[in-house]
Amino acid sequence: MQLHTQPLEKPGWMRELIAIWGYAQRNYYLTKRYFLWELVWLTYTIMNALTIGFIGVGFGGTADEVARTTTFLLIGSMVWSYLSMIFDLLSETVSWERWEGTIEYTFMSPASRITQLLGMGIYAIVYGMVRVVIMLIAISFFFDLSLGQANYAGAAAILAICSVSLVGFGMVAAVMPLLSPEKGQQVTSIVTSVLLLVSGIYYSVEVLPEWLQPLSKVSPVTYALDGIRATLLDGASFVSQWHNIWPLLIMGVVFPPLGLWLFQRGEYFAKRTGRLKRTG
Amino acid sequence: MTRLQDLHPTIALELRNVEKRFRKSRKEYSYALKGVSLTLDRGEVVGILGPNGSGKSTLVRVVSTLTLPDAGEVNVFGIDAVKHPKDVQRYMNRVSVEASFFKKLSSMENLIFGAKLYGISDRESKPMIRDILAGIGFDPKRVNEPMEHLSRGMQQKIALARALLTSPMLMLLDEPTTGLDPRSKKDVQILIRSIRADHESSILLCTHDMGEAEELCDRIGILLNGELIALDTADGLKRRYQTGPELPTLEEVFMAATGTSLDEAEFEQDETPVAA
Repeated sequence: MQLHTQPLEKPGWMRELIAIWGYAQRNYYLTKRYFLWELVWLTYTIMNALTIGFIGVGFGGTADEVARTTTFLLIGSMVWSYLSMIFDLLSETVSWERWEGTIEYTFMSPASRITQLLGMGIYAIVYGMVRVVIMLIAISFFFDLSLGQANYAGAAAILAICSVSLVGFGMVAAVMPLLSPEKGQQVTSIVTSVLLLVSGIYYSVEVLPEWLQPLSKVSPVTYALDGIRATLLDGASFVSQWHNIWPLLIMGVVFPPLGLWLFQRGEYFAKRTGRLKRTG
Repeated sequence: MTRLQDLHPTIALELRNVEKRFRKSRKEYSYALKGVSLTLDRGEVVGILGPNGSGKSTLVRVVSTLTLPDAGEVNVFGIDAVKHPKDVQRYMNRVSVEASFFKKLSSMENLIFGAKLYGISDRESKPMIRDILAGIGFDPKRVNEPMEHLSRGMQQKIALARALLTSPMLMLLDEPTTGLDPRSKKDVQILIRSIRADHESSILLCTHDMGEAEELCDRIGILLNGELIALDTADGLKRRYQTGPELPTLEEVFMAATGTSLDEAEFEQDETPVAA
């Protein structure tokens, strides 16, 4: 066995890039190893989307009305599947490592936290997209969708902008299990469910009680869904969705650095109080 | 960023009056480390003996930057590990009592990931992994098996291999042989000895195995209730606590120094304090 010193002499940015790829690759390995479970969850998600699609069919009306209602609901289902995947993967960064028993090894490595969260975020985006494409193919066998005048490029651009803010939002949530190992994960699950309620996944946010509507304004999913529905259902241009895009851009600029800052504060707190342990 | 040539030429680790306490309840604290001071020279192996709950794991966590001390200094190769954790993390690695792996991933996948965290690419790590695994006698046919299929002894050897992959100049070993069967324990001890011989690493070995400490370490410290009550060579400790014509055993030294046997001390100790 030989002592290898080359890695110690590499520039810092190169080591961080390799580590980003390491996190993404590790998540790919894990997806591969848990393939049957991934298949089960994907099947459940597709079935769930189909069920929601059939609710639209059940409302009745003309063929165009049924297609529009069904498409409205299915866009919600697919976008939520994608965005909640990003949020969950990011927000479970700490809990997952703790459950596997690797948290101490990861946190004592020289790779920085932004590297870890970026690696997790990049994998979440790619993995989420693959799932949505599979869902879309499955759904297209069951429903006539109202996508005749869809502006796919505009929808994809809005989804991409929202992905960045969701990564930041996930970072903010990821700090919770650092502050309190068990309760933190519970809080994260509640945040996910509140996002589901207030973001207008299956209905317009205007149907929510007035006191609940302000919450929908801080969810990036609300703006993403509104913009994506307008571009796909009505063929609206990207520019015409500026009222949805600028809040997403602001959240995309604010949430990732805020999430990283909070995460670093959480890490400091966990190191000071001895919470950074595999057993929590 | 600190370069190799900027590191302290002779001292690997220096602790000065390190203190750490954890909150047990609103007003009650328990000390995990009380004014611990020690120096570990480059290439030296220092063992820390102590029962469960004596502060060994906290000591390793403080050095490995996972826990922040309340007071005192922690210098790794002359760099302040509390102020500049990133600068020291790349020069050290740790193996603890539980091999920390993704259980469903194979040893190869875990090692590739571990290497990347230290900036080692696939192209660099794969030949190193093959080399290191051959060195620990790991059957190459099992390299793609999930870790959970491997015995604990083999998992622990893979954990040492993962540490070696990053060329650590300081190795922190926190009870690496606890719970292993005698054969695996012997294998891991042989591996630790070869790490020192071949890699010139400095090693801090926390253990509650007297024989292991005596066999592997240049100097041995005794940690009790967070206090380092003795630190010397095995012979030095024996001479210090010698009362008759013959040198006492390390077990007798421990009893004389602590007023209790290791087994009794373990029984009396609480578990490692849980932070509030």
